[in-house]
This record gives sequence, structure tokens and C-alpha cells, in this order.
Amino acid sequence: MSFVKPTFRHPTSTKNKAGFYKADYEGRISTLCAGCGHDSINASIVAACFEMNIEPHKVVKLSGIGCSSKAPAYYLNNSHGFNTVHGRMPSVATGANMANKDLIYLGVSGDGDSASIGIGQFVHVNRRNLNMVYIMMNNGCYGLTKGQDSATADIGSLSKGGSLNEFSPIDMVSLALEMGATFVARSFSGDKTQLVPLIKAAMAHPGFAFIDVISPCVTFNNNKGSTKAYDYVRDHIEVTSEFDFVPIKEEIAVDYPAGTQKSVTLHDGSQILLNKLNPDWNPTDRRSAMEKVQQARANGEILTGLLYIDAKTKDLHSMLETSDTPLNQLDAGVLCPGQSVLDEINTAHR
Amino acid sequence: MKPTNIQDPEYFHKVIDCQYACPAHTPVPEYIRLIANKKYTEAYMVNWESNVFPGVLGRTCDRPCEPACRRGRLEDEEPVAICRLKRVAADHKGEVKSLMPKIPEVKNGKKIALIGGGPASLTVARDLAPLGYEIHLFDEWHKGGGMMRTQIPSFRLPESVLDEEVNYITDMGIHTHYNHYVDSMKEILDADYDAVFVGTGAPKGRDLNLPGREEADANVHIGINFLASVAFEHRDKIGKNVIILGGGNTAMDCCRTARRLGGEKVSVVVRSPFQDMKASPWEIEDAQGEDVPILNNMPPKSFVVENGQLKGMWFGHVRAEYDENGKRHLIPTGEPDTFIEADDVIIAIGQDNAFPWIERDLGIEFGKWDVPVIDEVTFQSTLPKVFFGGDAAFGPENIITAAAHGHQAAISIHHFCQGIDVNARLAPKTNLVKQKMGIHEWMYDNMVVDDERFAVPYEDKVIALSDRKVEVELGFDTPTGFKEAQRCLNCDIQTVFSYDQCIECDACVDVCPTSCITFTTNGEEDDLRQRLTAPALNLDQDLYVSETLPTLRVMIKDEDVCLHCGLCAERCPTAAWDMQKYLYGVTKASKIL
Repeated sequence: MSFVKPTFRHPTSTKNKAGFYKADYEGRISTLCAGCGHDSINASIVAACFEMNIEPHKVVKLSGIGCSSKAPAYYLNNSHGFNTVHGRMPSVATGANMANKDLIYLGVSGDGDSASIGIGQFVHVNRRNLNMVYIMMNNGCYGLTKGQDSATADIGSLSKGGSLNEFSPIDMVSLALEMGATFVARSFSGDKTQLVPLIKAAMAHPGFAFIDVISPCVTFNNNKGSTKAYDYVRDHIEVTSEFDFVPIKEEIAVDYPAGTQKSVTLHDGSQILLNKLNPDWNPTDRRSAMEKVQQARANGEILTGLLYIDAKTKDLHSMLETSDTPLNQLDAGVLCPGQSVLDEINTAHR
Repeated sequence: MKPTNIQDPEYFHKVIDCQYACPAHTPVPEYIRLIANKKYTEAYMVNWESNVFPGVLGRTCDRPCEPACRRGRLEDEEPVAICRLKRVAADHKGEVKSLMPKIPEVKNGKKIALIGGGPASLTVARDLAPLGYEIHLFDEWHKGGGMMRTQIPSFRLPESVLDEEVNYITDMGIHTHYNHYVDSMKEILDADYDAVFVGTGAPKGRDLNLPGREEADANVHIGINFLASVAFEHRDKIGKNVIILGGGNTAMDCCRTARRLGGEKVSVVVRSPFQDMKASPWEIEDAQGEDVPILNNMPPKSFVVENGQLKGMWFGHVRAEYDENGKRHLIPTGEPDTFIEADDVIIAIGQDNAFPWIERDLGIEFGKWDVPVIDEVTFQSTLPKVFFGGDAAFGPENIITAAAHGHQAAISIHHFCQGIDVNARLAPKTNLVKQKMGIHEWMYDNMVVDDERFAVPYEDKVIALSDRKVEVELGFDTPTGFKEAQRCLNCDIQTVFSYDQCIECDACVDVCPTSCITFTTNGEEDDLRQRLTAPALNLDQDLYVSETLPTLRVMIKDEDVCLHCGLCAERCPTAAWDMQKYLYGVTKASKIL
């Protein structure tokens, strides 16, 4: 088995505006199972960071435990990384973000890590609107422990061994909407034309951005009867809209038919362009998004694309009124102003 | 685009750039792998089957394979040293004679005459002898080898190497008639030969008729004649100041030979720009390395003779301009002419075929430029029993082309003698074999190394220049040979795609280091080439297009910079991608291996 990737790249590869080649955003060669959906998500992250001209050292990649959570080894080799304990990625992300708000926080987790052991952390990071991207690589099973059903496995889904899941699934997208996430999307690892712009938009979004990515487990959950198999997902996929992300200062190149077009401008001036395929859905209205998700579920469809966005959101730093300068750049005197300041504060509370 | 037909033997052949570019289609990656595995004897035999003179070619080949090498298309990379690896096989091989075909004692009753003892004729002899033909080889010199002996200096090709490879063939029961200049084709035709092969090369060096040429005759030499006279030790001295006219490989051999015969100030003068020189870049470098300046854009004007003694030559000055058709015009610059002193001048400005010995009333038709009319596939002349090959057929080329001609002429002669259609050709021998040894384990070394091309060590210059028989290049030692062999990308290990097993998981697209693979909707080739993962701008390289997949897309692989690293197949969950070794062999008149 190959343990290193050849160093040669296509001779036409060029640097992005930040001065990096796409290869500078890659990681080590994957040791996930051949054909794992996670690898496609990894490749999408690489593409998104390259296309967004992000300097690799401005990204923090975080993860918990599981197949998904070893994935950060396979992208962004030149970025910061933290592989936390099981289900505790949001806590570490919160702490890091509080200390340095200037970095981009990119967390990946799995359906086990997020929907079981880490669900408590997940709901609270939603509530707090922490400025981060949270990608859940969702394969409906515990791949690392040989494919037991996870909490996101659908009722009636068949495992590889033939057993039927009778427990009700947690729909993480609905949960995120309910818990106050300000950017909610769902995608499919096999659809990079949708996933890459979603990740780019999520990184530009100034609050908690959650993307549930259906990512088939080729080894344990790609069988007939599984609702997370490549074939099943392709057959049942339904998209909210054609989607394009236009970073600031770039010309808008797509032109959708009048009436269906909707654009959302983010705080930094970049734009999300949508060609709505569903006239009754409004991506900036939480209730409309929730209804749409429920409706699709009732129809047995897997609804993908951007589901909800609140572009005017206030993230955790705004709510807490933290310093504009990242804490890690403040010197000791500012961080710990001394007894007299403490006395003043205490006096103010008397 | 239509799905690629990988059953077409030429499709995967073309992916093996080096083999495809080789006139004899030697299976290069196959023998390079054998070298890496220290199987020098086997590597030699793979070569011998295909190009007949591995030891000679490993030192002297024009290397059409190397500019074609895929590695040269990668960033900052030079091609694999294919030619010098061939020499590694030849230098380190064991006993090979027992591996060569047995020659039947009972002959098949057909007699063949081969005129000229060079690479083309020897190849015909090699291919036909195992079939029981009685073969008579005629050459004007006392040994076989033709231009390999007369035109390639010993410091590039030691006589022992040449003798060994010529003898492998003449030892196959060939009747050699050395020191026998055939001066009449009619005599040959009147004898009882069933077929005649003409491999007499391009033996006539061009002369340059300039003022003073006749008066200077004693010190003006024709390049190939000069080299032959040195090879046969008729000449062992030359003046201190020597001018070589011409910019081809013969000129390079002449100047380097002159340096060894006493030439101290040896200059090569070409009338056109340096970059238009016909000589191989490495031969130019070697000449420059032996302190031979190359003066360009200087057309010769006249010889200066005083008191019957050559004093030097006058040269003009020009610059090259190219018109819209790319045609070159040499425009005088107006600078004053330059005089270069010379005791001897060697004219190496090209050579031509010459057939003064073929009577023109025998039915062998001669066309334009007084060269025979030859069929390009069968090498048959207009007189059915007479065949041509090598430089004698279509003008000066090189040894490897002569060998390729010889193989085809041998098939034609065999067919002609057996009453089979001369145009008939058997399909090439092809074989596509899975390389899988286990999960993610391949039978070939799929890791792509980063090493830069290794340089061949040279003999010390003082020693090399002191004796024309001292070989300049020393050849790779086996450890360096191994490392250079590892630079080969194994382009014969093909990426074979089975569309019916593909689940479109994108794993191959994600892992491919050089972005060769794309899944997209089908379209016209021009359109597709623009919208692949990386644009496919090298139009010489094919796109491998699959049948339509369940999502109505197709898989398209740009063959251009595929590293054959096997990662697509390693990351494929369903083995829709598989690495399979493709062996392609030109079918010869007889089975050699």
C-alpha cells in the first residue's frame, strides 16, 4: 500500500491569490477505506480553502473521535490542528476561538461523535452561535467499530449484516435549526459542485455554520436497503437550489432566471447566489426552512443545499462584547489590569 | 466522445511514450524494471529481441525515446536516461548466447543475399536465420557492422562491443563475404538467390564546391571517409588547426576524433544558428566538453591556399530570419568576413545514398534524387525479389531505424520466399496482465521517486584525449543504474477502467496527484479538454473515455501526465480501476525469445 503521495502535480497548477498551490492545502495520503465518502469531503475542504485564498496558517482544524475525526490528517497539513476527546470538539473550538478570533475554525465530526456522545456539546455550540464551520460527516453507522447503527440511521434502514434499524433517527439539520444555528446546510460527499461552494459560504459566514454531509461508508453501510448508500442517496436526493458563492470583489458570473434568483450578502460583502428550485421556500426564514425540511422528510427525500441562513447574525464574541483584539495578542498588563481595576469593578457592584 | 476502445492494440501502446516513439518499439519500461531487479541478462534479451544491438545502441542511439519520456513532461524533470540504462543491461549481463534462437541444421532451401554488412542487413540475417534460410552477407570491409564500425569512433563505441554483437548474428551460420565490394547488382541477380536485401547505407559524403577547394584537396576531407580511414587505421594524424564544417552528429564525431589525432585548435563552424544544429544535444555537449568551440551563423566562403598549402578558410556572417511559414532565410549581417586558420578541413555536411553498382535496366525503378522506389511498409523495390532497408531505403536515419526496417524487410522476404502475400503482417503480440498481488499490493514498484536524472561518469579528459580507443563514457555502475531505473514511471502498467464496477465515489479523482481523472457529462473532445479537473492541453496525448455511468456522466482520464502510481486503483473500493501491465511486441519474421 502506498504510504506517500507522489510530489508531482499537474504542470498547469498555479498559485492562488494568497500565493499557495493547491498542493499546499493537502494532507497526508488517506488511510480511510478506499472509496470512503469522507475523502471526497476532505478534497472539498482542500478545494474550498484553495479557492478562498486562505492562508493555511490562518485555519484551525478540529475534530473529535471516529473515522471522520481522523480525516484532518488528510487535509491542510500546514494548518493548526486539535484532535479532541470524543464528542468534545465544540468545547475546544470555543476555547480556541475565544482566545484568538482571527482564525478560521473548521471542525469536522461524525454522526457518532456529534449525535451520540457529543450531542450535548453540539446543541450548546449551536445556541452560542460560535463562529466556526461544523461539518458532520454523516454515514449513519459506526464505521470505526464495524458498522453498528448510529443515531442518525433512518428507521427501516438495513445494515450490512441485514438487521433493521427500529430506532428513530436524530435529524441533525432539524436539531441545528431548532437550536438556533445561523447557517444550516446539507450536502452529499458525491456532489462536489454543491459541497465546495457550501463550505466556502460557511467559512465566510460570521457565526455557527453547520453542514450535514451524507458520506457513505463503503465498507459497512453501502449495501442495498441502507439509506446512506451511494445509490440510495443519488436516487432520493432533492436540492433546495442551485447554489453559488461569490467572494467579495469578484464579479457575479452566474445568471439565474428571473423570479427564482435570490442573493444573500454576507457581512464581508461576499454573496451567496441561489437559484431557488422551490418557490415556497425562503432560506432566510427559519420557519420556512424547518417546514421544507419536514416536508422533504415526509416525502422520503434527502433535501440538500443551503437550508437556512441568517446573514445579519451576531456571533459569540459580539454577544459577549469581547475585545476587538484577539486575547492572545493582548499583553499581560491589559489582560490582568491589577488590583485597582478590580476594586473599581467591585465598587460598581456594591 | 465515444468510449475508448482499449482493445485496439495501439491505444495502450501509445500510452507507453518511449516505446511508441522508438522505431523498433522496444518495450522500454519492461527492460528498465528488469534492470532494477538486477536481471541484466533478461533485460539484455528483451532489447536484443527488439533492437538487435543493445550494447551498441546503449552507447550510440539517437534516443527518440527520451524526448518522448513522460517524465520530461513533469515540472523541472528530465527524461529517464533510457539509452544509458540499456548499456547497464549490456555491461552487466551474463551468458546470453544460449538464450538466442537455435539455427536449424537442415536449411529450408532458400538463399538470401544481403548487400552491405550494417545494422539493417544484420537485422534481416538475425530474423531469417532461425527459419533455416541460407544467408550470404557481402561487405566491402574486413568485418561486419557497416557504419557502426566506419562512422562511430571507438571512444564512443569500443570495437569489442561491436564485434560481440555482430558476431552473435554472423555466428548464426551466416555466410560472410567480407572484403567483397559488390559492384554489380546484375551479378547478384544472376546468381541463384531467392531474394536480395540491399542495406548499403548512405555511403556518399557531401562535398562543398567553394573557391580553392581543388587546390586544397590534400588537406580537405569528407567526414565519413575521414572517420572510416581512422577506424581502419589508415590515418593517425591531423594538423594542429582543424575546421569542421557541418553541425550534425558526424561533425561532432569528426571534431572529437581530430582532437585525438593531434588537433589542438579544432573548431566546428556552422552556417546557421546554433539551435538549428542537427546533432543530438548530448553530442554537442561532449564536443564542447573537449574544448571544441562551435561557431554559428558563419557560412564558409573560400579556401585559402598558399604555395600549395592550405592556410585556412574565409567565413561570412549571417543572421537567421523565419518567414510566416517558418522557412528560414539566412541574411548577411554586413560584418566583415572572418578568416580562420586551418591545416585541415573536414566537411561533414551530410551524406547521400549512392547506387552506382545497381544497373538501371534490371527493373529496379529509381525515382527523384536517384533513389530507388521502395514500398514504405514492405521495403520491396519494383523488382519483387529485391528489398531495401536502413539508410539505403529512404536516406540517412540512424541505427535503431535501420533495425526497425530490417525486421519488416525480413518479414517481407520470408513471405516472398514462402509464397505468402508480401503485404501481410501479423498483429503485434500484446498481453495485458493484472498486477494485483493482494489488497493494495502491486507487482511493480509504484512509488514515484523524486530523484533527478543521474549523470553518466566520464573518463578523465587527459586520458580520454590521449587515445582515440579509450571510451569516454564509463556507463552507470549498478547502484546508480538502479536509482536511475527507479525514475521510470512504468507507463506500461496501464490504468484500466471498468465502468460497470464504478460506484462514482470520486476516490480516484480525489487522490490523483496530477489531476488526471474527471467525471463529467460527455461532449466533443475540444470542449471536454477545456473542462477537465486540469485542462488537457497536450493534444498528442489521448483522453481515455468510459462508457456512460449510472449518473449519466463519463469518466475521462487525460493520459498526459499520469504517473502510473496506481493510487487511483488503490483508492478504488470496487477495483473499477486496475493496474495492468501491457506488453506490446512487434511481430518478427521468427520467434526470437
